[in-house]
Formats: sequence, structure tokens, C-alpha cells
Amino acid sequence: MAQTERTFMAAIGDEDSITGLLLAGIGHIDSHQKKNFLVVDAKTPLAAVEDAFQEFTKRKDIAIILINQHIAEEIRPLIDEHDQAFPTILEIPSKDHPYDPEKDSVLKRVRRLFGE
Amino acid sequence: MSGANNRLAVFPTRMTLSVMKQKLKGAQTGHSLLKRKSEALTKRFRDIVKKIDDAKRLMGKVMQVASFSLAEVTYITGDIGYQVQESVKNAQFRVRAKQENVSGVMLPVFESYQEGTNANELTGLGRGGQQVQKCKDTYIKAVETLVELASLQTAFVILDEVIKLTNRRVNAIEHIIIPRYENTIKHIISELDEQDREEFFRLKKVQGKKKEAAARETLERETKQAAEGKLLAESNAAGASVHSSPVDPGDILGGEDEDVIF
Repeated sequence: MAQTERTFMAAIGDEDSITGLLLAGIGHIDSHQKKNFLVVDAKTPLAAVEDAFQEFTKRKDIAIILINQHIAEEIRPLIDEHDQAFPTILEIPSKDHPYDPEKDSVLKRVRRLFGE
Repeated sequence: MSGANNRLAVFPTRMTLSVMKQKLKGAQTGHSLLKRKSEALTKRFRDIVKKIDDAKRLMGKVMQVASFSLAEVTYITGDIGYQVQESVKNAQFRVRAKQENVSGVMLPVFESYQEGTNANELTGLGRGGQQVQKCKDTYIKAVETLVELASLQTAFVILDEVIKLTNRRVNAIEHIIIPRYENTIKHIISELDEQDREEFFRLKKVQGKKKEAAARETLERETKQAAEGKLLAESNAAGASVHSSPVDPGDILGGEDEDVIF
């Protein structure tokens, strides 16, 4: 199975979220010096976030992509476009932005399916 | 292609009829099986949706606690973000996917495991090392929750796809394939009936012709007989033998045999 080779998690988020996730040990730098995480702050251009997201979705060794919800909001079209089961995209809350279930792509789909 | 004209192009024979009947039966069995599969999947799907909803809420709380513990670290140790980012080498926290079988659908279940050594052993060595450790543990727990949520979400996406596919098949069988077979069977039966009627009519016609021919022959024979009888009577009158029949009975059968078909 191709899925068994997916062992890493990727993360896109603000500095605090990334620091915490890296403390947990999800960070990885491969032989090409490619990181599996991206720190986004106020100065990061949107194109860089989009590129990173697309790179993570294309990589074959990533099983889960964690992304801060407020960043996900900015690249929402890309996230809605992603309909593959792998890698799974998970929107996580950040310190300054509390989690809002209304905006989550998956929960939106759930709501649409049940006609609410 | 719909309605009464929707049928397979087959030659109407009894063998095709029995084949079609078998196929109809197969389609009906398949339909009921698929329907049951779809129901089982939908049940599972609803369970998962419920779990996702709960897990998402739980995640909100867990991440809040984790952020708070990171704030504690920052307060005591100072900003460790840069240090942590720079010390990243190999992932310590990894996931592997296992397969779970739900009515023939493979659903992945992520499982987290630790590999290698701690990259941040020396972080906070000067002060706040305990807080850093605590924060690390909190975040590991949080990420475990996230991994769980991710497997639910993957299962959700896959199940959604499979349910759509199964329902499509169920509907296709119900509304297209079964009516098509039914129409074909109806068509074959009506064609066979038509053939039966034609055959019956043909037999009737042949029989009628035969009767006609027989009647004509009898008539001919009778006139001939009558003529011969007259002749005989005349010759009798002339004084010949009385008891010699002019027509042999075997001749009558032989004459009739010629146009017997069956």
C-alpha cells in the first residue's frame, strides 16, 4: 500500500503553533534539506503559503497536513479543491484565533450532507 | 433510450429468454446486496460524523491547553521558537496507517509512534527545562488527538466517496438494468407468442388445403366411379360377368398417400 509510506505530518501555522508541534517531534528535514513545516507570520506572502501547501499535498511521505484555521481561511479555495483522502488536511486552532467549526471544510461538507 | 423501448438487442428465442431471466434474477440479487452494503456504510458514516464532531470540539480544548503550556514556557525560558526550529532534524513523532475493513471498504487508521531520540533535549537547559518537558508532553498528547481526528476525517472522505459510488450502482441497477431486462423478457415473450400464433395459423392453412384437395379428389373419384358404374352397367347389360369391381380399394389409399405431409 502506498499509504504505509506516509509517515510524516506536515504543518503550516504561526510561530507558536509550529513551535509546539515541533516540540512534540513532528518536524523533519529530509535529505534535500526540505522542511515539512512552514512558519507563517504577517510578512509571509500568500504565494509562499500556497506553494508550501501544494508541495505538501504532492509529497508522498506526508500523511497528515496540519494547518492553522486562520491560514486555511486564506487559501480556502485550494483546500476545498483537495478531495483526495491522502494526505488528510486538518485545520487546527491557533493561540490568537479560537476554533470555529463553522469554517472547517470537512464540517461544512458534513453539514451539507445532512442538509442543515 | 428509456421506457418501453429500452431493451437489449437479442434474438427472441427460448434460450435467450431463459438467459435473460437468469440475468434479471442476478441483477435483483445484486441490487439487494448493494443496497444492504450501502446501508451498512451509511450507518458507519453517521457514527464517524458524530465522532468527528465530538473530536473537533475536543481538539479545540486540547489545543488551548497546549497553547497555554507553551505560554508558560515562554514566560519562564523566553522565546524558544527559533531554537526549536533550528534543532529539527528527524521526525520523532511519526504516524503509520493501518487498514480497517468495513463491508469491503478499506479505511485507514493512523497510529502514532515515537522514533529516534529527542531533538530538543537541551532546550531550556538553563532554566525552565521542566516547563519545556511538560509543554512537550502536552503537545504530544494534543498531536495524538489530532492524529485520531485525522483518521476519522480520512475515513469520512473515503466513506463519502464509496457511499456515493454504491448508491449510484444501486440506482443504476434499479432504474436502468432491471427495467431493461424486464423489457427484454417481455419483448421475447411477445415475439414467441407471435411465432406460436403464426405457426398455428400456418398449420390450420395447411390442413384446410389438405381437406380441400381430399374433397376434390373424392368428388373426382365419385364422378369417375359413377361414370364407370354406368359403363359397367352398360357392359352388364351387354352380358358380361356381374361381380368384377372396377376400382381397387387399395387404389384409394395409394392416391391419398401422395399428399400426406405428416
